[in-house]
Amino acid sequence: MNQPHSGDDEVSDIRLSCRNIWKVYGKNAGGYFQTAPDEPAALVERIRADGAIPAAANVSFDVRVGEIFVIMGLSGSGKSTVVRCLSRLVEPTHGRITLNGDDLLAQSPKEMIQIRRHKIGMVFQNFGLMPHLSVYDNIAFPLSLQGETRADIRAQVDKVIELVGLRGRENSYPHQLSGGQQQRVGIARSLAVDPDLWLLDEPFSALDPLIRRQMQDEFLRIQNDLRKSIVFITHDFLEALRVADRMMIMRGGQVVQTGTPAELITNPADDYVAEFTNDVPLARVLTAAEVIDKAARAADGLDRIAADMPVETLLPMLAEHPQGLMAERDGLALGVVTAQSVIAALARHAGRTEAATP
Amino acid sequence: MSGIAARRVHWAWFALIGLTLAVLAARDSLGALMVFPETWVLPMTAWFNAGMDVVVAQTGPFFRGISRALAVPMGWIRDLLQWMPWTLTLSLLTLASYAVSGWKLAFFTALAVFYMVVIGYWAESMNSLALVVMSVPMAVLLGFLVGTAAYYSARADRVIAPTMDVLQTIPVFAYLLPILLLFGFGPVVGLIASILYAVPPMVRNTTLGLRRVNPEVIEAGMMAGATPLQMFWRVRVPSALRQILLGINQTMMAAFSMIIIASIIGGTADIGWEVLSTMRKAEFGESILAGIVIALMAMVMDRMTARAANASRADDAPDDPWSRYRYWVIAVVMTVTILVASRLLPFLHTYPETWEVYPAQMLNDWLTYVLVEFSDTIKSIKTVALFYIMLPVKMGLEQTVSPFSWGFALTPTLKTGYAVLALAGAVWFGLRGRVGAAVLVAGLAILLYFGLTRLPWPSIMGVVMLLAWQVGGSRLALGTGAGMAFLLLAGVWPEAMLSVYLCGIAVVLSFTLGTMLGILASENDTVSAILRPINDTLQTMPPFVLLIPFVMIFKLGDFTALLAIISYAIVPSIRYAEHGLRNIAPEVIEAAEASGATRLQMLWRVRLPLAAPQLMLGLNQTIMYGIAMLVIAALVGTNGLGQRVYIGLSNGDFGTGMIAGIGMAIIAMIADRITQAYSRKVQPAAR
Repeated sequence: MNQPHSGDDEVSDIRLSCRNIWKVYGKNAGGYFQTAPDEPAALVERIRADGAIPAAANVSFDVRVGEIFVIMGLSGSGKSTVVRCLSRLVEPTHGRITLNGDDLLAQSPKEMIQIRRHKIGMVFQNFGLMPHLSVYDNIAFPLSLQGETRADIRAQVDKVIELVGLRGRENSYPHQLSGGQQQRVGIARSLAVDPDLWLLDEPFSALDPLIRRQMQDEFLRIQNDLRKSIVFITHDFLEALRVADRMMIMRGGQVVQTGTPAELITNPADDYVAEFTNDVPLARVLTAAEVIDKAARAADGLDRIAADMPVETLLPMLAEHPQGLMAERDGLALGVVTAQSVIAALARHAGRTEAATP
Repeated sequence: MSGIAARRVHWAWFALIGLTLAVLAARDSLGALMVFPETWVLPMTAWFNAGMDVVVAQTGPFFRGISRALAVPMGWIRDLLQWMPWTLTLSLLTLASYAVSGWKLAFFTALAVFYMVVIGYWAESMNSLALVVMSVPMAVLLGFLVGTAAYYSARADRVIAPTMDVLQTIPVFAYLLPILLLFGFGPVVGLIASILYAVPPMVRNTTLGLRRVNPEVIEAGMMAGATPLQMFWRVRVPSALRQILLGINQTMMAAFSMIIIASIIGGTADIGWEVLSTMRKAEFGESILAGIVIALMAMVMDRMTARAANASRADDAPDDPWSRYRYWVIAVVMTVTILVASRLLPFLHTYPETWEVYPAQMLNDWLTYVLVEFSDTIKSIKTVALFYIMLPVKMGLEQTVSPFSWGFALTPTLKTGYAVLALAGAVWFGLRGRVGAAVLVAGLAILLYFGLTRLPWPSIMGVVMLLAWQVGGSRLALGTGAGMAFLLLAGVWPEAMLSVYLCGIAVVLSFTLGTMLGILASENDTVSAILRPINDTLQTMPPFVLLIPFVMIFKLGDFTALLAIISYAIVPSIRYAEHGLRNIAPEVIEAAEASGATRLQMLWRVRLPLAAPQLMLGLNQTIMYGIAMLVIAALVGTNGLGQRVYIGLSNGDFGTGMIAGIGMAIIAMIADRITQAYSRKVQPAAR
């Protein structure tokens, strides 16, 4: 899903852009940004010393069109605050957010209502369903607020009910559904207005592990059809790896590292990130491009494989081709992968994560 | 609490006991400490009256205008209900019961309405119903608006929450008079009193319901792009609906309990007046027959609204028009049919007097028979309670024990023996390190010997303030101190002590008995199933009606009041005890069983401590119910603040009534804050 990005046509490529987002809870929070702000780390210290809470500190990231961007962090890391700043459910204290190039923080409350009605959809951890409405009415809720005609609503709702597989449950009430089914309603509701930006706040955290896995697959299938621009919040590193095109790790309100899952694992910014990677099966995350044998000379007649093929997949092939495989991207040969180079890469990364945990 | 602080509290208690004993020893020369000197009392009654005069003079026309405006729709509703054939009213109410609940309630409703007809109280019943029909919607609307304001504005809430506290704790009688002075006489006054009394539960439940809406649901509404108005009507209110309906139910119950009280000031020809006047004439058969009407009305309305609040959302309206509107269609058809039929058959319109059954005389005869036949038993029950429980608490063993009452005199030897025994008990606890128990034993011994009304006022203030400080810190202690200072300075301290004595005994008995019943009910499903409908009935019964049977048998006096208070105040004790004991985590019980706890150990060392916060809430509610009933009980001739409120009302003396009312509110609030603070204190320990 990673599109090759060229730096010069950023405007069309980027759906959502956040620059230096701060959210400070406490008295006179805005006061910290009246004058030219200090170095972020120093400012966080100063805010804490005053007894205020910097829930989000200097957070910057971009979400490209059609990309799943995951924000991962443990509880209290500020990830939920950040995702609420994106829709202004929480008002950021400082910073700049643009959606489709429009400045979100400059919108009036009325304009914001329109943006939420048409541009942004959100899924909640505990579903946030209206207990007094049936499944159908819950999904139709955002549309009915806009005063659309019954027929338009029915057509639109039917489409998303089909998409999430809730056909036949339209007249049930939330309390009659299982957690997984309830979250399908939540997903359907958020998609009913066909938003540009799709926010999911820990959508599967309240579900059982088996259901969670199933819902992740379901989610990826839906995304395959719709190609939304997504911000996905989770506290589960493995879930992040499963769904992310790119991800950002947060701690104490600050960004620790941003990158693709493989970048994070092969090159963790610090011990905190490295600690998460401990449980990760390396063979699943490392790709062919990352285990190339730099010393090996490219011989002719090697079988070619895609550079982003996971090591897990290429291992059996390697068993059949002891002389190695040629990794290529866009028809361009990158280098040779050999059994030796794979073992070396695995050992290198395993050693690093081992060292990170005393 | 740290060890040093705990020790300091212990010394404070010992010092307090020592000082009390010293004052009591020299009580003949320390009159000012025994009885608050009259010269220190402030002329608050005069101030209140003067203030009220100014208010009435300034705002009188405004309030009378409201009164006249309200009288018009009130008259319409009365006329309508009187005009409707009894068969129509019966059919419509039965249909409504069937629609919300089903056959069982419909049957009960039909019987209840039929009772009103047969007994010959139809016109009176409809006048009372008019009061409820008028006051409930107004109270609901007002409560909803005020509750919403309290939800949206923290500043409004800071005014509204304490106002509701005061409205609910000040006895209704106390604000009947200002209403009378402002609005003038007539049925509208009863209406306004009912609305004021019925509003607080609606306000509270509205605010609570709106506050409890799941924050994610709110966020989901925001993300759906709801405007503020859509947010309120389509997200917040529907999500809070259950709580709001509960508020309507409680408001309705409050309005019913006001029927009799409202008739004291504005009632004519309604059922409340019937109860009140027959009781004053000691016509108990008549008053119980009328009281049953109110009880039945309250029960029917309670079941209907409670059922509506708990209705499951799944069986909501189906789509086809017939099933959706069938009850309305049936109602219209029914109305037309009955109106036509009642033209042809007059007995359908007005129930013929010759068909009425009025067994009042029979009831009276039967009562007389019981009273004569069992007069010894009744008398001895009353005497035992009076001599061995009530008088010792009130005036002390010192005054109570005499050859005439206990069969022997309180000789110096006996006095010394009592003192030694008390001291030995206290020392025994003290030596085993249980200082609290030691203080309790010593305190109780002093209380029982001298009597609550004969203890020096500084001692009582000291005890309450120290207790408040221990459970809630210095702010609570100062607040209770200020409250008690008001009682002293207003000159109602002796009356307050009389109220505390009666209510205190009732609360202790209710709580003990209620907790025991609750324990039984928590262990035995049969007991629970038997107690539940009894509790329901006692709680829906307007408190005044509860008085009637006790007055019939035990006549006027403190003992009757005591029984009436207990019968009303015991319900929360039972309910909270059962609830608390049943909702303990099963793992904890299993763990205790695995450790080999016997049944008694399980109760005392596991279940009761874990249920402590719930038990405390039950105690708190028992006290509140007790105080509420105390005022009503004043009508059957108790002394104390309740009686002062009543005197103020009947003499048109605003100051006297209001001060006594505020006094009761102060007692209620002190008891409420202290028990709540204690409940919070035991909470973490029980987790």
